[in-house]
Amino acid sequence: MDIKVNVREAPGDCYVVDLSGEIDVYTSPKVKDAIGELIDRGVYHLIINLEKVRYIDSTGLGVLIGGLKRVREHGGSVNLVCTNPQIKKIFDITGLVKIFGIFETEDAAMKALA
Amino acid sequence: MNPAAERDAAAEIVELRVPCRAEWVALVRLATAAVANRLQFSIEDIEDVKLAVAEACTAVIQHAAHGEFIEVTCEAMPGALQVRVRDSGHAAGTQSLRLLDFEQARGAGLGVFLIRTLMDEVSYDVHPDSGTDLRMVKRLAGRPG
Repeated sequence: MDIKVNVREAPGDCYVVDLSGEIDVYTSPKVKDAIGELIDRGVYHLIINLEKVRYIDSTGLGVLIGGLKRVREHGGSVNLVCTNPQIKKIFDITGLVKIFGIFETEDAAMKALA
Repeated sequence: MNPAAERDAAAEIVELRVPCRAEWVALVRLATAAVANRLQFSIEDIEDVKLAVAEACTAVIQHAAHGEFIEVTCEAMPGALQVRVRDSGHAAGTQSLRLLDFEQARGAGLGVFLIRTLMDEVSYDVHPDSGTDLRMVKRLAGRPG
């Protein structure tokens, strides 16, 4: 089990972080490092694509919340792309749907950043 | 209990003992999911059980005064699956995870909330010498509590 992280530049001072695999206590540090590195470089508008994520736990949610807190200090934002019903359910029951913008497609997430 | 019945009953308990380290949580998750699948839980309920058990293991790894092992026992009950997660093998002078510490541990809140939300019953026993015993029950959909 592993997590794959791919970072790519998108239009409008925005970066997309593609995640693929499972985000748990073992793999979440890798995600945290990738997001932290972008923020350290001054990237404050992020889209995190969870379409290929099969599983996320509280440590993964913690990493996303931590990233959001950091970018908000600079007037930034984090939008999520998520279609997996089980993962959406986790965002629902934890109330994180009210904190993150969660979108069905990357296009929609990008438009919402603009 | 006759020998055949005893064998059948024994076959409904699955025990797993893994090192108390993050890289082993995925194995616990997969094994628990396999047991829940065998008991014909729905895919959604299997995901709930997987997450709750993983959160319990994560809490032990992150917030307990590190024991050597995590012991997980999955037991088929009538219309339900009971999972027990225990931290064990504490070094001399260390303490096991206590409910109060767990609930109040910084960063543990979300994991505890998920366990309580996703499972139908959650309870703890704290044994000062042998560790904490977290018991969770998920009932098959439609079965009364």
